[in-house]
This record gives sequence, structure tokens and C-alpha cells, in this order.
Amino acid sequence: MSFPWANEYKPANGLTQWLDEKLPLPRFVYNAVGAGYPVPRNLNYMWNFGVLAGFCLVLQIVTGVILAMHYAANAGVAFDSVEHIMRDVNWGWMLRYAHANGASAFFVVVYLHIFRGFFYSSYKAPREMIWLLGVVIFLLMMATAFMGYVLPWGQMSFWGAKVITGLFGAIPVVGEPLQVWLLGGYAPDNAALNRFFSLHFLLPFVIAGVIILHIWALHIPGSSNPTGVEVKSESDTVPFHPYYTAKDGFGLGVFLLIYCAVLFFAPNMLGHPDNYIPANPLSTPAHIVPEWYFWPFYAILRAFTADFFFIPAKLMGVLAMFSAILVWFFLPWLDTSPVRSGHYRPLFRKFFWILLIDVAVLGYCGGAPAAEPYVMISQIASMYYFLHFLVILPLVSSIEKPEPLPFSITEAVLGKDESAVLNANPAAA
Amino acid sequence: MVRLFGPLVGLFFAVALLWSFGNGAYVAITEPAAPTAEHEFHLHPKEVHFASDGAFGKFDKAQLQRGFQVYKEVCSTCHSLKHVAFRDLAALGYSEAEVKAIAKEWGTKQPTFDPKSGERGERDNIPSDYFPTVYYAGQGNPPDLSLITKARHDGGAYVHSLLTGYQEQPAELLKKFPDAKTPDGLYYNPYFANLNLAMPAPLTGDGQVTYSDGTKATVDQMATDVSAFLIWTAEPKLDKRKQTGWAVLGFLLVATVLAYLAKKNVWADKKGE
Repeated sequence: MSFPWANEYKPANGLTQWLDEKLPLPRFVYNAVGAGYPVPRNLNYMWNFGVLAGFCLVLQIVTGVILAMHYAANAGVAFDSVEHIMRDVNWGWMLRYAHANGASAFFVVVYLHIFRGFFYSSYKAPREMIWLLGVVIFLLMMATAFMGYVLPWGQMSFWGAKVITGLFGAIPVVGEPLQVWLLGGYAPDNAALNRFFSLHFLLPFVIAGVIILHIWALHIPGSSNPTGVEVKSESDTVPFHPYYTAKDGFGLGVFLLIYCAVLFFAPNMLGHPDNYIPANPLSTPAHIVPEWYFWPFYAILRAFTADFFFIPAKLMGVLAMFSAILVWFFLPWLDTSPVRSGHYRPLFRKFFWILLIDVAVLGYCGGAPAAEPYVMISQIASMYYFLHFLVILPLVSSIEKPEPLPFSITEAVLGKDESAVLNANPAAA
Repeated sequence: MVRLFGPLVGLFFAVALLWSFGNGAYVAITEPAAPTAEHEFHLHPKEVHFASDGAFGKFDKAQLQRGFQVYKEVCSTCHSLKHVAFRDLAALGYSEAEVKAIAKEWGTKQPTFDPKSGERGERDNIPSDYFPTVYYAGQGNPPDLSLITKARHDGGAYVHSLLTGYQEQPAELLKKFPDAKTPDGLYYNPYFANLNLAMPAPLTGDGQVTYSDGTKATVDQMATDVSAFLIWTAEPKLDKRKQTGWAVLGFLLVATVLAYLAKKNVWADKKGE
């Protein structure tokens, strides 16, 4: 679907005409990300992160496929094969640092993309499906990143795998057999490393598939925009190309500058030193922490320290950690305010910023050792996290009085056209 | 449905968290966590500067050669360097002949095995060999040093601090934690995570090695040199990485400025009139 005023693809020469009749791929691209896709003209820079996330996926697949040519997924040599890549493979050090920091960059842009969605309520009708698919992509990303971190077979790889697969052991009755089945043994070893490598190679392509659905679903209603007011007429939109390709090009440049600065000048800044120690099942690291992008959820997991009635603390933690993401699936129905954009929702806006700080606090506590005061802080912060989505959001949307919305996107950009309003200026009549 | 069950689920988690919080607070008040000697006496690495620090830093080859000498004459008795090959030493400024000589004269030989006769033996190292495995029978497990400076926070400074940080156990520590006395066969060092390690101070006095370039071999100098060498063994591509980084950033800066101008140009007719 598109707006009636969308540009139509016109094959320019004999070859493209011939191609358009047999396989209209250029037409498809033209309508998806070319001049045939009308987009609201008022998108701000927060709308750059979808394209950047797509770029990160491609970057990860390209670097990852080359790394896989040199990596050996065997517990005996995995660590050494990574060092072989770092020292002996031509530009291997750059590929590996690009891939490791690429994962972090991917999460940075995806978190910004998600928080853009929170602030502008991008999840609301008619865009629920885009949001649901987005949460699926995020879950797949987390699984992929977790398994990727295991592959270098360092201390954090091993113990991270042990802790995370141990979570399945918390499930009543089937937990322990399930954990053994998933790992192919009683502890992470060669069987686990091999299947993690296999799945780590597979899942990015599954992500690519879900991204196609995500963009397909986006093209049904068209992109949302900072006012949250739907497109009404042609003057509200501009063609994706060249307007947003140009804007995304600039955004990509800024992104690459930051990413490359980290890659070339502080490539180990976001990693843990312990992962340069080969995996040793007999020596537990002092603090087992996952990569930074899991910290908020790790803090929620560790916040449950006491059994709750008949539910063991560990099971509560596991339930809460997964619920912390699953709750996003229900957002379109928890937030019932008819107004989308946080710009016109004074009360919602305040809670949005509190949520942002709350997640940052959770992140900090998740990276800190499991000791006081971090545990108590993460308990309070986790409490707010769940109350925010499940109690405050429904409440706010029913009691809040939104501010007046602009009549149209064009009006939001160009200002009110006084002469077009009946009796707005009686003196001139 | 969502509006009904959502708040209930939210309250369920909130109450469970409150319960955990209450329990934690009760424990924190009734049995406050006892301080530990590790917590109070462990020190972060000293401030040490290396030629390779910073975005413009480069390895000082003379220093790396001195550091290699310290490794060879002191550390290599117990610590292996398995990810580094003799051929890699060319990056320290040694000629091909020098690398060959270093490999040939290396004390630990390469083990050999004749699959026909089943006989085991040994041969001299050649440049393509990696530094041979070091077997250590004494107390403790000397770690491989190839990656040590990346496997510790602030690794270069850590190695330097550890090498120069041996001291008598402070009387204050023993007064406060009588149980924390350094066990026999271990040595007190506040830069080590649990304060006591099996390695005795390896750099015992000035002039322990004789530098051929005339640099005075103080303990501090030797510690700095060998730390610099171990920064190199952990990240031999460091110079190349930064050099590439500047070229990449320069290109990206120009490209981004052009992209910004292109964007401004494209949007010129669409912003408010």
C-alpha cells in the first residue's frame, strides 16, 4: 500500500523495461526505499536509527562470515583460533574488533530505536504489527549476541554460558533435564560451543527475514512521525529518495565516525578483560557479568533474592527477566491514549524520562558486583520498571489531558496558515 | 484483558521485589557485611605511562627490545608466551639474522617426535616456531603472558605495579584482620586481587639485567620495559591499528561533511518557507 500521490516507477530504458516485465525487482526497491515511498516530511534524527540498525546487521554478517572462515569452533582450539585471527590473518584484528564492537553498536542503535518508539508511541494502532515484529527482532538479537560472546571461549564466555543456561535449570520439574539437553552435557563444553556457533551463524539470517516482515508491515500504514498526526495530504510527505536517503547518509557518516573511533582507538573498552583468559571450568571469575547491553536485564534477574511464597527466588528472577521484555509485546494495549507523540502528553513525557533514568540505573547495577547497595538499588529500579509499563502507563493514558495537536504535519512544519481558517481574522474581512 | 491482567502482573512483581528488598534490608541491618582485607587493602594499578599510550602513541622499539631481554632473562623461567612466534620479534627491530640467532639460542627447545621409531627428542627453535611451552613444577600456576596486559584492567600499569609492589604485610592489616596473615610460601602484594601470590618478587635489585643500549637497569626501569613488551605481545598490531584509524577517521570526516552538504542541498526547498 502507499499513498495515492506516490511516484510511480517508470523504467528508463529497454533493459529495465524488460526486467520490469519479467521480475519487477527495481520497481519493488523503488517503492520500498526509493522515490516511490512517501514519508512524512517532519521526521527528526531519531528516525535515523532503523536504517542504522539495518546497516549494523549487514556489517555483522559481512565481518562474521569472514571471521567464520578462520575461526575453529572446538573447545580445544577456539581461544587460540581467535588469537590466530588477531595476529596472523590479514586484517584479522580489524575484522574481529569490528565484529565485537559492531555488536555493541547494533545494540546502541536498536536501544535508541526502541526508546524512540516508547517516546512517540510508535507501537500504537495501526502500527502494532511493526512493533511486535520489532520485539521479536530484539529477542533474536539477544540470543545471537549471547551465543556470539561464548565463541571466543574465554573465561566470561564460559561462565556467562554457564549462568545463562543455568537459568533454564530454574524451571520446575523439566528444568534440569532441559538444561542438559540444551547444552549437550552437564556444563558448557564442546557440544555447547559447536551448537552455539551453528546457531550464531543461522540467527542473523532469521533476523534479516523478520526485518523484511518489519519493513513490509511498516509500508502498510507508512512511517510514523514526531507529531503523531497521520498523513493527510501530499504536502505532508516527501519521497524517501532523495530526501531521507540524503538524511540517512549523513546519519550514517556520524555513526561511522563514532563507531570507528571506538574500533580503532579503544576496541576493548566495552569488553571484559577476563575474556582474554582461556576458559577454565575449575576457576570461577570474581564477578561474572554479561556484556553491557544485557546489564539492565541482568540486574532484574539478580534483584530477586528471597523466595516468594512457594516460588524460589531464582525462578522469580528468571520469570521477571523474561517478562521485562515480553511486557513490550503488550504495550499497544497497555497505553490507550489516543495521542501518540510524547510532545503532546505532559504527564506521559515525565514518566518516559523517569523510565530512561531507571533503565540506566538498572544497567549500572547490572554491571556492578552483586553486593549492597547495588542489589537494593536494582530492587527499587526493577520495581519501577514493572510498575511503569503495567500500572503507570495504563493509568496515565486514562487520566492525562493531552495538549492540542497540530492540524496536520504540514502545519507543524510550516506554521498555521491564518488565511485558510474561517473567521480567524475578522478584521481582514 | 490486558488492561485487567497487566496491572496485576505488575503488582505481583512489585510485591515480590518489595519482599526481596525487605529481606535484604533486614539482613543488611542485623548482619552487616564484614569488611575483608582484600576489600580494604587492595590497590588499583599505579599511574604508569607508556610510549604506546593515547591515540598518537607508538611502540618504542628500543624499549620493547629491553623488555624482551627482561622477559628472556627473568620471566621466561616460569612464564610461557605461547601466542608469540620468534618471527614476530622482527617487529621489535631485530634483523632476520638476529631473530634466527635468538630462536636458536633459546634455552627451552622444541620437542620432537619421530612417528617411525617412536623416539622423542628435541631440536633448536627456528623463527617460525612459537615460544616453547614452559613447564613449571613449583607452587602456583604461572599464567601465559602473551595476553596478560589485555586480561587485566589497565594491564600495562598492572604488570608494572605488581612487579614493583612487593612489600611487608602492613601491621595495620594484621591488627585489623589477624586471620589474613600471608600464608607460608606466598608473598604479599597489594596490587594482586587477593593480596597474596605464589610468585616471589622477580625483580630483586638494580642491574639484574645488563642493557646493551646503556640504559640503567633500575627495578622501575625493568618493570616498565617488560610491561611495555607485554603490551606489545598482547596487541602486536597496535601501531597499525591506530595508523589505520586516523586514515579511516579522516576519510569519514570528509565523507560526512559532504553528506551533510548534500542533505542540506536536497532539503533546501522543503524546510519552512
